[in-house]
Amino acid sequence: MMAPRPFIVSATQVTRNATSIGAASQSASAPAVRRGENDCGQAAAQSQEEVIRFEGAGVRVGGRTIWRAVTFSARAGEFIAILGPNGAGKSTLLKVALGLLPLSAGHVSAFGRPVRRGAAGISYLPQRRVFDSDTHIRGRDLVRLGLDGTRWGTPLPGLRALWGGARLAREERQRVQESLDLVGATAYADRPIGEISGGEQQRILIAQALVTRPRLLLLDEPLEGLDLPNQQAVSLLIQTICREAHVTALLVAHDVNPLLSYLDRVVYVAHQQVISGQPEEVITTEKLSRLYDAYIEVLRTSDGRLIVVGQPDEGISHHGHGQ
Amino acid sequence: MAMVSDQAAWHPLAALQVMFSYAFMRNALLAGTIVALVAGVIGYFMALRRESFAGHTLANIGFAGAAGAALVGVSPIVGLIAFGLLGAAGVGALGERSLRGRRRADIAIGAILTLALALGVLFERLSSAKAASVYAILFGSALGVSEADLREIALTAVITLLGVMLIARPLLFATLDPEVAAARGVPVRLLSYVYLALLALAVAQAIQVVGALLIFALLVAPAAAAQRLTARPGLGLALSVAIALLVTWLGLTVAYFTPYPVGFFITSFAFAAYLLARLAQIIARRILVHGTTDPGSAHGQPMAEMIREARS
Repeated sequence: MMAPRPFIVSATQVTRNATSIGAASQSASAPAVRRGENDCGQAAAQSQEEVIRFEGAGVRVGGRTIWRAVTFSARAGEFIAILGPNGAGKSTLLKVALGLLPLSAGHVSAFGRPVRRGAAGISYLPQRRVFDSDTHIRGRDLVRLGLDGTRWGTPLPGLRALWGGARLAREERQRVQESLDLVGATAYADRPIGEISGGEQQRILIAQALVTRPRLLLLDEPLEGLDLPNQQAVSLLIQTICREAHVTALLVAHDVNPLLSYLDRVVYVAHQQVISGQPEEVITTEKLSRLYDAYIEVLRTSDGRLIVVGQPDEGISHHGHGQ
Repeated sequence: MAMVSDQAAWHPLAALQVMFSYAFMRNALLAGTIVALVAGVIGYFMALRRESFAGHTLANIGFAGAAGAALVGVSPIVGLIAFGLLGAAGVGALGERSLRGRRRADIAIGAILTLALALGVLFERLSSAKAASVYAILFGSALGVSEADLREIALTAVITLLGVMLIARPLLFATLDPEVAAARGVPVRLLSYVYLALLALAVAQAIQVVGALLIFALLVAPAAAAQRLTARPGLGLALSVAIALLVTWLGLTVAYFTPYPVGFFITSFAFAAYLLARLAQIIARRILVHGTTDPGSAHGQPMAEMIREARS
């Protein structure tokens, strides 16, 4: 049996501070949040609306079953973490939702239609991409590509005025700015992407994912390689986006602790199956130990929050690099 | 020759007028302008994609193509384009990009490069062409561009530029962010081939002016210099073209007034432009660092900063 490894996290302190910045950032980002498609007053009805549904879904890659009989769904505005051991098929879940991998069984539908590649309304943030230090493109341009990077042809500044392209360009610049404001990346948006820090790059990439005003945000390990304050800040940012813009976020993570206080639901992928539920239901010593096939201890702090201790291959190595 | 340089010393404008009165110089300047325009544009993407090795390989494949064309007895541009497109397919297939967006198979591309050189030498020997023609392919013959050559260069340039304009934004997306681009439905792999084909076309044009060995100067240096100077894609493209045009015109003009080869001047000026751009970047960064130390960075990470503040 594996000895439980403690996390080097001062959990109470982090949460207290996280709530205080929560209020500040919400008020700051409120004007930039999407309006229109989601009329207010229907918030209750909307939260029932299913954004993505897995029904008895299974995937085989190279003759190996990754997982099967997966059934779960996510509603509008939910913030869901996808967790589980390495190689369990967490990222595969996102790739299936994107229509990049075929199913071997079952159905997966987004917004009531079967998933397909390039579907509107879905944004994807792949596993951490680090830009080389000599990538001489502004963060702002990278965000802009999220809007017009799929369009063929080049609008020439002089000619596009003839067919109203100048107005479109202005609107798009404005949307890019809104998106940058929403994630708090405006201050470094005009610097080359290769020259800003990892946390700043991640924020630019989230802005890029948000610029199309998606209803479903798929994030593959967006906290990887960030220090603890940035992990907290990015988690809070995604929670804010879910709450205020009714975006559903599926976030693949290695380590649940920095996320726990922001999540609505957790989905665990292990041993070819998936269990999901409220964090309190799923994150228990018995369930996690069975899932990981190793002793995992779930502790409860004095203010009632959960801390997961002793995930195999994780934990210490993750935080050790921290600051 | 001495008389020409005397004129340059005393009446620069008159000397330039004399220069423009020669048909071969007008053709050289026109061809150089077209080639610089195309190289500046396609080179910008090449630098961003870090595919200068692929560009270099395509140039050497162009050498084999031109020598092969001489062997069969067709126009060199036909051989250049045929071999170039074939080479683009080969480099594209063997040098398949990994998901992280980097070229994995540098070695495979290197193998293609050496094969192309060997084929070029073989074709040259078989065709019993004079060594001078090989020299022209390798180092360019800007001063020997005919009216017919000019038409061919102009036609391929128009095709290349239209092609780049058509794919510019998806290509930029696929270059910087291949995974997200693929998820959004951009045909990343197809674009990679189309881009290499356009690069091969650009190389086929440029070989006739700067030659297979020096092509690099026009493809790499102006684009690399432009990227040092700005991080805006539109401005970067414009700067890249401007620098390519400037070094080409300067190179041709200086070569006209001196007994030394055109290729030498164009490449040296291109290299100088790159060095200057690096220098400008270093100076700009110094000033920037001294100018904005505290307030800017505090705004940069509002949340992380607030957490840190709240903690202390």
